[in-house]
Amino acid sequence: MNPGLVATLLKYAVMFGVFINVAPIMNWVERRACAYIQDRPGPNRVGPLGLFQPLADAAKFMFKEDVTPAAADKLLYLMAPVLALLPAFTTFVIIPFGPDLTVSGRTIPLVVAPVDTGVLLFLALSSLAVYSLVLAGYASNNKFSLIGGIRASAQLISYELALTLSVLAVLLPVNSFRLSDIVAYQQAHVWNFIPQILGFFVFLVASFAETNRLPFDLPEAESELIAGFHTEYSAMRFAAFFQAEYTNMAALAALGVTLFFGGWSLPGVHIGGWLGAIVGLVTLIAKIGICMAVFVWVRWTFPRFRYDQLMRLGWKVLLPLSILNLIVVAAMTLAGWL
Amino acid sequence: METFIFLIFAALAVASSLVVVMHRSPVYATMSLVVTLFSVAVLFVLLGAPFLGTLQILIYAGAIVVLFLFVIMLLNLQKEGEAAGRRRGQLWVALPGALIFIGMVGLVFWRAGAPDLQPLTEDLVSLKGLATALFTDYLLPFEIVGLLLLVAVIGATVAARKAPDAADDSGVLPREDFVTEETARKEARP
Repeated sequence: MNPGLVATLLKYAVMFGVFINVAPIMNWVERRACAYIQDRPGPNRVGPLGLFQPLADAAKFMFKEDVTPAAADKLLYLMAPVLALLPAFTTFVIIPFGPDLTVSGRTIPLVVAPVDTGVLLFLALSSLAVYSLVLAGYASNNKFSLIGGIRASAQLISYELALTLSVLAVLLPVNSFRLSDIVAYQQAHVWNFIPQILGFFVFLVASFAETNRLPFDLPEAESELIAGFHTEYSAMRFAAFFQAEYTNMAALAALGVTLFFGGWSLPGVHIGGWLGAIVGLVTLIAKIGICMAVFVWVRWTFPRFRYDQLMRLGWKVLLPLSILNLIVVAAMTLAGWL
Repeated sequence: METFIFLIFAALAVASSLVVVMHRSPVYATMSLVVTLFSVAVLFVLLGAPFLGTLQILIYAGAIVVLFLFVIMLLNLQKEGEAAGRRRGQLWVALPGALIFIGMVGLVFWRAGAPDLQPLTEDLVSLKGLATALFTDYLLPFEIVGLLLLVAVIGATVAARKAPDAADDSGVLPREDFVTEETARKEARP
């Protein structure tokens, strides 16, 4: 077998192993952290500290009845959860997770797909995630689901603009779409969140909206829409949405960390070889973990936005801010300050 | 391997675009359009233009078709009924369209035989090459397209806007309608 293909498969296996475990771990973290914030114990019965709760949940998902509504559009209804998983498990292929590794004379970049279009590929694949929400909402033939689906499409389109513009501003001084170049640039200079603090905040807010997290979880707002687009889903199909949501969060956190916080690198640490690869991967995972903790913290701290507030924030605040940020960064790059 | 991938996605593109025009449910047609755009993007990548392929997915599949779907779901368009037959003017619109398409395909085949046609080079399809061409040789057309889009956006905004004296556009009750402590106190006064 072609050694390049083997290396790619191995790298994909590593990243897949990291990202598939996000959902069960976050299931526990989210419920325990939420309980802590609300001053109650949370799930603490299964295993030490309730750590085996995700296993119990998974078993429950598998053995629950899988219901398809009689009036549902069967094909689209079955397709939607699968579509949710597709972008979730493809976007992380462009996240670099360590320095170049030399194995028996071959240099292997530690990123699954070292393509030129880098960040653009990430944005393109993650922009397809909206279809699963919209189709789930449409195919369920339920008014709550439909409203959730419509909200999802409008929300994701609105915030994608601000997200993309804030990402573009990061690319300007680096002069490359490759995330490994962006990491190298940050190793040589400072982490991007210092010169581009405005862009970082736009990215942060937009990524909450893109992952449908509170305070922007309008597509599934449980107080008004039951569970929004996934109201009718049960058992493993619901679990697929759950898995996709957390994997998307982790992928976006990985992108944010790589763009603004040095990715797998640590300032002042330059280790090569296998040890460097392991340190890089652990650093990346730790940084993603911190981001996920912020996601959870924000979710249980802020109330939900109203729909018109959401649209106003997206179009009248975030979009102008991201354009301003782009212009400022472009001017600074031209002036040679970055 | 490349031929194999090409065959799969070329067939997928043709089949899904047939579904787009033939299927009676607008949602299925729209989703097939996504498959078509994705397959064509894969063909772009195979031809050595990954940037175009990525942009095709990002802009068309990821944004524009989502808006199609948004409109379809908002208007709750149902399946086209069996009774709804051909519209009268349809043929006269379709005929010139088909002629133009045949003409374009013919032109491509006719030009393909000409010796002056060179294959795309790396510096033409790379990001830098595209950007340089766009901002030097094709700057005027680029700016005109930008202006056209701006005009279209302003036009759409004006067309969608209500008359200025109509109710405020947020769709939210004005603040006075909420009974605050203050208004309650005012009303309680004789």
